[in-house]
Amino acid sequence: MFDSRKYILQAIFIVTGFIYLSKLFAIQVLSSKYKLAAESNIIMEVIEYPYRGLIYERNGKYLVVNEPEFDLLVIPNNVQPMDTSVFCRLVGITKKEFDEKLLSAKKYSYVKSSVFQKQIPLEEYGKIQDYLVDYPGFEIRARTIRSYPDSLLSHSLGYIAEINRPELKKDEDKYYHQGDYIGKSGLELYYEGIMRGKRGKKFKIKNVSGVEKGDFENGKYDTLAVPGLDLYTTIDATLQKYAENLLEGKVGSIVAIEPRTGEILAMVSSPFYDPNILTGRNFGNNFAELQADTLVPLFNRPIMAMYPPGSIFKVIQALVGLEQGVIDPDELIYIDGTLIGDHAPPGLYDLHEAIKQSSNNYFFKVFRKIINHNVDPNTFIDSRIGLENWQKMLMKFGLGAPLRIDLPNEKGGQIPGVAYYDKIYGERRWKFSTIASLSIGQGEMLLSPLQMANLATIIANRGYFYTPHLVRGIGGESGPLEAFTVRHDTGISTGYYDIIINAMEDALKNTAWRAVIPDIAICGKTGTAENPHGEDHSVFMAFAPKDDPKIAISVYVENAGWGGRAAASTASLLIEKYLKGEITRPWLEEFVLKGEFIY
Amino acid sequence: MRRNVDILSEIDWFTVLLFYCLVLFGWLNIYAADYDENVVQSIFSLTVNSGKQLIFIGFTVIIVTFILAIDFKFYNTFAYVIYGVIMLMLVGVMLFAREINGARSWIQIGQFSLQPSELAKFATALALARYMSAQDFKIKKVRNQVGITFIIGLPMALIVLQGDLGTALVFSAFILVLFREGMSPVLLIAGISMAALFILTLLMKQTTLFISIGVIGLVVILASEKTFKRIAIIIAGVLLIAVTIKGIDYAFYKILKPHQQNRILVLLNPNIDPLGAGWNVTQSKIAIGSGGLSGKGFLKGTQTKFDFVPEQSTDFIFCTIGEEHGWIGSLVLISLFITLLLRIIYIAERQKQRFTRIFGYAVASILFLHFTINIGMTIGLFPVIGIPLPFFSYGGSSLVAFTIFLFILLKLDAHRVQMLAH
Repeated sequence: MFDSRKYILQAIFIVTGFIYLSKLFAIQVLSSKYKLAAESNIIMEVIEYPYRGLIYERNGKYLVVNEPEFDLLVIPNNVQPMDTSVFCRLVGITKKEFDEKLLSAKKYSYVKSSVFQKQIPLEEYGKIQDYLVDYPGFEIRARTIRSYPDSLLSHSLGYIAEINRPELKKDEDKYYHQGDYIGKSGLELYYEGIMRGKRGKKFKIKNVSGVEKGDFENGKYDTLAVPGLDLYTTIDATLQKYAENLLEGKVGSIVAIEPRTGEILAMVSSPFYDPNILTGRNFGNNFAELQADTLVPLFNRPIMAMYPPGSIFKVIQALVGLEQGVIDPDELIYIDGTLIGDHAPPGLYDLHEAIKQSSNNYFFKVFRKIINHNVDPNTFIDSRIGLENWQKMLMKFGLGAPLRIDLPNEKGGQIPGVAYYDKIYGERRWKFSTIASLSIGQGEMLLSPLQMANLATIIANRGYFYTPHLVRGIGGESGPLEAFTVRHDTGISTGYYDIIINAMEDALKNTAWRAVIPDIAICGKTGTAENPHGEDHSVFMAFAPKDDPKIAISVYVENAGWGGRAAASTASLLIEKYLKGEITRPWLEEFVLKGEFIY
Repeated sequence: MRRNVDILSEIDWFTVLLFYCLVLFGWLNIYAADYDENVVQSIFSLTVNSGKQLIFIGFTVIIVTFILAIDFKFYNTFAYVIYGVIMLMLVGVMLFAREINGARSWIQIGQFSLQPSELAKFATALALARYMSAQDFKIKKVRNQVGITFIIGLPMALIVLQGDLGTALVFSAFILVLFREGMSPVLLIAGISMAALFILTLLMKQTTLFISIGVIGLVVILASEKTFKRIAIIIAGVLLIAVTIKGIDYAFYKILKPHQQNRILVLLNPNIDPLGAGWNVTQSKIAIGSGGLSGKGFLKGTQTKFDFVPEQSTDFIFCTIGEEHGWIGSLVLISLFITLLLRIIYIAERQKQRFTRIFGYAVASILFLHFTINIGMTIGLFPVIGIPLPFFSYGGSSLVAFTIFLFILLKLDAHRVQMLAH
């Protein structure tokens, strides 16, 4: 009875077997999806952080080093019963903190390590290290943080910090990960790609709880971390330190350049801060404090502040006038102070004397000739043509646009042109008299202290400059980036510079007697930039020695009054320090340090 | 006529060989499933599952000896007694056992714990064989149908009450036995239709389902003879289906526990909850799928070794085979099982005694259902129902129960000539 049904049942068994084997063939042999999923299940990437490049000053001293710092990690599952109070004393926390930290670690994972105590400094680590073997479950992870042995050059060096969301978004190569450190400003930002090195990667096997179980394929795919390259800067640490010393407690900036190369010897923005406060565990608090400061200590004045240059600009007007042939340097011009307010007494002035006395009216007339060549009978049109030519010539001095120093966020200042005045007054609604204050470096004209120092460089070099820069060697290679090896010429005849230089030498003796150094020929020009908000700004640019310039410098001290006092005295001390290595005029040093320039 | 049979020459050695192949293959895989490179432990160590399983395997030898030594008539004669004792144990478990994993199904005996529901399988098979081999038994008789339903239904109901739906489900395998013994195939077809309706209910929106059934009914009416009787039958059929759908919906969402609902829903779409209920299935497929054609090699499986697959030495033991031995390993294992099943049918069919044949089919059916559901769930063809792979999974109760089950059949088979005389 029903014997044929045994075949049906046998068929059901066999068909089931076939269905299963086919399905298994599909997922095991035909599909690669599950193999990939299995790998991503077990593979854990461990990142090896590279050593960030160091930064040296020009004589080989360290400006930035890496210092080890230690995180204490805990794996809650491995923690054994222990004397908590002894441990707390060792690590320097309370029993309550201990419980809280352990609880939050447990919340994250019982088997994976999490940070128990962050950023333990080297000294404390030394204490803890020996005893740690008695506390299973706790281990140390070393990292490095930046450290600044002389606490110098805060602004130019910049700082590093954890990468933020916008930066992560901008990172097109997808190099960075959440939690990575990245250069945020200064050289750290500009040379980020060079100093950061290259991360290494290790592939480990993990189990379902994320516990490491060994190397994946014996480390076949692992890569080593490549250390970042060191930076050799142009900064002279001794000069930098002295410059910071002199500017401490004042608001302003100093830029010193080696004229022949464009190498920056010192660059100070005051107020400055100790770069060491922006590393380690107090970064957050300290940064917030700096940001809240009304004197904006995070603002890098030499490249970001823009000031009217004042009288120092007269020497540039003179060069433009000479090149255009609108001034005869020997022609005597009668000046009486009627066109514009003036400190220079009435009388007959040639160019030399006009620079020496810093005559406003003389340069008023010079600038009028530069603007109005009378090529067009309509004075409005004539002024347009004149201003356009003038602006073009000034651009060659590195004005009106960023110089492109090797720092981020450099501002270009402002050399107002035709478009600028058209916008304010309307086309053909302005002429020379509208813009006359430009003649003495006032009005709508703005320069950064770096550009002022670069002007001193140009005059020292008699007509050319290399873009100022802070780095002259990267890793094993000496020499700056290619952009800094291109010579920029102003297109103004060398002979005209000599006229100016001679006048600047005398001008110093006349307007800034304190700045004179008996055995060094300094050529300088003071300025006093009008400040509608308070005391005038004190400006000075200079270079020395006259015949073989070794240093070109600009000093800008806000609200310090007349340029002949604060700025010129500071510059003079720096020149002496740099050229002689010592200060022979302690009274002047005392005068500057005291900082009472207004009297 | 010989009164005594030389059991060693009459026993079906081929089945014994298949049995021990499966048991040993399983034992090696239990070792591999829990293997940890960092804590190298011997396969014999009693601290690991493989060591314990070896004790169970040794125990089976004793049991086999016992079974073969006992008079073959014992099983027929005492079928109801055995059945009754086991049923009492099922009731006892419910009253006295502690709850483990939501089920109350274990009896603690000293060091070892025993699951009576495992033993209920062969006890029910014995009772069923005894009942159906009676002289006056007719499967068409309502009285006999009630009897069958009682014999199978009682242990099922008790096990459901213990909270172990998976094991209860196994008893539905007896339908195959009934089918072989002449039950109308309508029941089998109806069962399959119910399953299809069940899946459709969960997959489709109810309104869509109702409308489609209505449309199908309408089409059938239009296509067929338009006698009053025909139309009435079709309408009644459509209404019956509609009611069934409602019933399934109610049963699924109101009677099943949320974790059981999830297991079924996840099967229909594993992506609805890849880290929760879908985790087991997803990880199990990853482990098996990553094995490739020839596998990663013995003890080299990463997914099972690093605990990505849960229950890897019991219910998900097949993952270890799939991962470490690849498709070839799966082929060997499935071939072993299918061969065993066909061999059991062969043995059953060569019986002149109805009792032994029915018992043989019961063995085949239960093994088949275990095999189908267990492997099916690891490759995502069945919902996750926690039942072991016979002879293979780690666990004493399961191994002992299946051994008893199989060797009673072999004992009866060895005496098949005498049985006829008897």
